[in-house]
Amino acid sequence: MQEEVVLRLEGICKEFPGVKALQDVEFTLRKGEIHALMGENGAGKSTLIKVLTGVYQKDGGNIFLSGKPVAIRSTQDAQNAGISTVYQEITLCPNLSVAENMFIGRTKSIFTNWKKMNEEAKKLLGSLDIPAKPNQQLGSCSIAVQQMVAIARAVDMDCKVLILDEPTSSLDEQEVEKLFKLMLDLKKRGVGIIFVTHFLDQVYAVCDKITVLRDGRFEGEYDAAELPKVELVSKMLGKDLNALSDMEKPAAVSDEENGGAPVFEASGLESTAGIAPFDFNIRKGEVNGFTGLLGSGRSESVRAIYGADKVLGGTVKMDGREVKIKKPLDAMKLGISYLPEDRKRDGIVGDLSVKENIILALQVMKGMFHPISRADAAKFADEYIKLLEIKTASPDTPIKSLSGGNQQKVILARWLLANPVYLILDEPTRGIDVGTKLEIQKLVLKLASEGRSVTFISSEIDEMLNVCSRLIVMRDRKAVGELSGSDLNQNKIMETIAGGEKVHENA
Amino acid sequence: MKLIKNADGTSKKISDQNLLLTITIAVFLLMYICAVVFLGSGFLKPQTFFNILNENAALIILSCGMSLVMITGGIDISVGMLTALVCMSCAVNLDYNGGNVLTSILIALGIGAAFGLVQGYLIAYLEIQPFIVTLAGMFFAKGMTTIVNATQFNVANEEFQALKSTRITVPGMGSYNKLGNYVPAYVEIGVIVALIVVAALFAVLRWTKLGRGFYAIGGNSQSANMLGINVKRTKFLAYLLCGILAGIGGFVYFLHVGSGSPSHASGAEMNAIASSIIGGTMLSGGSGNIFGTFFGVLSLSTIKNIVSSLGLDDAWWTNITVAAMICLFLVVQSVVLSRKNKAKA
Amino acid sequence: MKTLEKPVQQHQKPTGKDGGSFIKSLVRNQIFIPIAALLILVIFNLVADPSFFAITLSQNSAGYPILSGNLINILDNASELVILAIGMTLVTSASGGQDISVGAAIALSGSVVLRVLCGTESRPETLQAPIIVAFLVCCLVAMIFGAFNGALVAYFKIQPMVATLILFTAGRSIAAWINNNELPIISEASFGYFGNFIPGIPVPTPIFIAVLCMIIIALVLRFTKLGLFTQSVGINSESSRLNGINPEFIKFITYVILGLCVAIAGFIKVSRFSTINYSVVAKDIEMDAILAVALGGNALSGGKFNMAASVLGAYVIQFLTTTLFKFNVISSALPAYKAVVVIILVVLSAPIVRDKIAAVRKKLSAPRTAVKEANR
Repeated sequence: MQEEVVLRLEGICKEFPGVKALQDVEFTLRKGEIHALMGENGAGKSTLIKVLTGVYQKDGGNIFLSGKPVAIRSTQDAQNAGISTVYQEITLCPNLSVAENMFIGRTKSIFTNWKKMNEEAKKLLGSLDIPAKPNQQLGSCSIAVQQMVAIARAVDMDCKVLILDEPTSSLDEQEVEKLFKLMLDLKKRGVGIIFVTHFLDQVYAVCDKITVLRDGRFEGEYDAAELPKVELVSKMLGKDLNALSDMEKPAAVSDEENGGAPVFEASGLESTAGIAPFDFNIRKGEVNGFTGLLGSGRSESVRAIYGADKVLGGTVKMDGREVKIKKPLDAMKLGISYLPEDRKRDGIVGDLSVKENIILALQVMKGMFHPISRADAAKFADEYIKLLEIKTASPDTPIKSLSGGNQQKVILARWLLANPVYLILDEPTRGIDVGTKLEIQKLVLKLASEGRSVTFISSEIDEMLNVCSRLIVMRDRKAVGELSGSDLNQNKIMETIAGGEKVHENA
Repeated sequence: MKLIKNADGTSKKISDQNLLLTITIAVFLLMYICAVVFLGSGFLKPQTFFNILNENAALIILSCGMSLVMITGGIDISVGMLTALVCMSCAVNLDYNGGNVLTSILIALGIGAAFGLVQGYLIAYLEIQPFIVTLAGMFFAKGMTTIVNATQFNVANEEFQALKSTRITVPGMGSYNKLGNYVPAYVEIGVIVALIVVAALFAVLRWTKLGRGFYAIGGNSQSANMLGINVKRTKFLAYLLCGILAGIGGFVYFLHVGSGSPSHASGAEMNAIASSIIGGTMLSGGSGNIFGTFFGVLSLSTIKNIVSSLGLDDAWWTNITVAAMICLFLVVQSVVLSRKNKAKA
Repeated sequence: MKTLEKPVQQHQKPTGKDGGSFIKSLVRNQIFIPIAALLILVIFNLVADPSFFAITLSQNSAGYPILSGNLINILDNASELVILAIGMTLVTSASGGQDISVGAAIALSGSVVLRVLCGTESRPETLQAPIIVAFLVCCLVAMIFGAFNGALVAYFKIQPMVATLILFTAGRSIAAWINNNELPIISEASFGYFGNFIPGIPVPTPIFIAVLCMIIIALVLRFTKLGLFTQSVGINSESSRLNGINPEFIKFITYVILGLCVAIAGFIKVSRFSTINYSVVAKDIEMDAILAVALGGNALSGGKFNMAASVLGAYVIQFLTTTLFKFNVISSALPAYKAVVVIILVVLSAPIVRDKIAAVRKKLSAPRTAVKEANR
């Protein structure tokens, strides 16, 4: 059918000092269509979304809604025009109730009718099957529920265009399913949905069309059914992707060391984060991983190893010697590094420069009174910027002005500089473009071949299979299985995760 | 989220705000019982309680304004000196410039609104830190007070004196003095004003779009913006309201003391902040309750009364006790909240 | 609005080494704010009354040469403020808040000095203890009170302004209580050296003490990574923790350092007059110290700091005070004028206003740049 166009962008340009973020970008959204917006990090997806929602002002180009040109100068303009957005990060107020979050800023009347609002909210939450009470304080809901409340809000606003900006990053599989159901439901009602995500599978599961951006330019618009996955990736990267198949697991290394004593060994480890006591070990040059659904306790496990949460019990041995890890510094001094899951909250120190961020861990280990000299710091920074191909204007640029992938590389550089024997990487590839993902995977294998041990966590099982030679499977905050060798395949992992019982998120 | 009745009655959790409000009221009752037990039944007389209200009507109004801006995540430390400026300006207007009470009230409101406008604009639209802006506002008011008139003087204006000595009898609350004569209990006009302010502000915060906007921007101003709230305007209105309330509070203070002096209401901003905190308003924004603030003021002044009744008449001792009280309160709040957070996690 | 990734203009690549670029980089530098403020004040004074800058060498009553003049006064009187600004900068950076109890704490530490030196007598003929002991005790007490503030902020997670509100309220009262509400006077002449002149040296001693403090903090920042750690904690305390820093301890220690600064400032204050009045000494100095930090372009919400800018900010504030005095502003009206100046300064340095000014300038210079581009 020849659908009615609800949103059309033409020749959109946006420039930041020194960067042309968007150049002559076009985009077309039709009624009742789910349209994926794809591109590497820094391709301009977020900028385009922000232009569309009035967060940024475009420098050039036109926006047409149902054929009529519109000016979007503020988020309110966008809302009034029927463009609603749900962001990856929750943009609700945690101190207000669920119902308020759904209705605030929308009513014309200057008074709040609590009774009516709560009733409407209850109805809506019920119809969308969202497990939250209208009068519950939003901050007391799990992140996933908060996300769904945000979607419920957008849904209720009779929007013509719904933008979902990486909504699935913090949802587990069941919640993603629910979201997809919701999206298809909305599609039937004639809402045009722009879906931004890094998960390729999800794109093919729900989307009709795919628009690809690269380096701030429009690459092309395709029918999802007619664009094979590999081709999509190559369009995003702008090159053929033989690299994908190049990846060879260093099976040799791990086999060789199989008999060796563990570098790190823990038994009965338990922390305040509420995971069941678990045993764990890793050998020299081994890459292993924790897998499981979101909230299954994989991050909590590695945090316990690193001493990031308060350790309640269990014994820990490094190279066979019993040690105490009470706080991160203890772990660091033993040669353990930890790259945290939430880069923004736990990883970067935003206002500090790239250089300072790189030397931070090493400096802390040396102590406050033994400063790294300026010359050394500059040398280290240059070395790692080059080694990891970090794209930054200079080592003195604040890290917060880098793109997500490059920030992650800086954090990696920080821990590599600390020269760990055992490196824990918790979701190092989250929210990062495909190219950088591959680089990081390769780097992990290289580190292992140098004799370092690595624990790798990722939400993407493909990725885990690429790098890990042994997987610990977690469910409901318990370690429920360990897979290695021929057991390492998607089906077996799924089986173990599902493990007979019904899996659900433990909010 | 105090007044939300649970639709299905299943949730037994009390929210942080509710908890803090409960603590505040409990502490006030405890204080008052202590006062009764240790200082004799004088504290049982309703008039003693009404006197606390009479003394603190202005502080209640100032604290309401303070709570308002604290809920939005800001602070306004100019209110104390603003009170002094209002007193002095009104006093000069009445006695030296031949003005009447009405023009004085207009002056008070005008000064408050002017401060609110400027401070609100600088904070909301130019995004300058509230602390620094209102610090400058405080300095400005302080200096202006002495520029208006450098010395203290009592106002002689008859119309004003009549208003000042107006007592509103509270029926049924009187008591008999030593001679056996019935002495009716009374409150001053300021108390009525303060109660109206408390009620009005409670309603605004609870049932209006603007009021909920204050909470929203205090909770997360970026989110509030995304939710379609005009953050700048809301913030601006919070400071404007706070300024106007400081004007009203200033006049009520003036009505109570009946004089102009550069040293009037010195430290009132700190008392207002302390009352708000004791009342459960968090400086980090997003939570607070006007009733809590009201009880915060009462708790604070009950402590002061106890201290001075104990014969430790030195202002020094009052200060030390109040400080110890704030300290205790903050630590208790901090511990309770962190326990709660841990329990949730 | 903090997390919105605003494109930061500072990090534009330099587009050429023409004459304007130095000025441009200076304007972008944080220290530009206090420098500009200072220049405005200097020019204003030059226009109004050039004799403002006169420095004369004269003799005091004891026959020793002393330098006098407004500039000397400014440097002299700013000493306590400068010392406080150093500590306040660190506290601001690490905890994202300010210590409003420094004025009260100065009264307190001054009271301790008097108590140790005078014992229980109000006008002792001889000192009851060596001056150095008094100084050390005063440092210890001030650091304990700093630690009290620090503990409330770091371990009980109370907002700094509120936590220090406690000592702000009680400090002067405790000061009075230490000396039983009496105001002892020290008659020993050598005690006065620290706040006035050392015989034979024409420059007031507080200036030396302030300079010494600056040198010490410069050395500390140069040879330890205190600066990096405080900034790191101030910017992202959770990241810092996972990097092995103990954020609570860093916050705590900055308050203790501020306590030390308070002790030194308090000691100078007592030495100036040989006594202090608990209720008025260093009144409002906390406001001046916070202003100094803000004037130095440091975010009062914590994070990155520039110590030199803070110190310069302190001098600018004293310069302003002295200038106002010269124009016969009575001391109680002084705050009004100061407030106006401060507002003008913060408005001019507000990022929004600066962006707007930059945008206007860009528009004006746009045709020129276009020509340049074309020539390339």
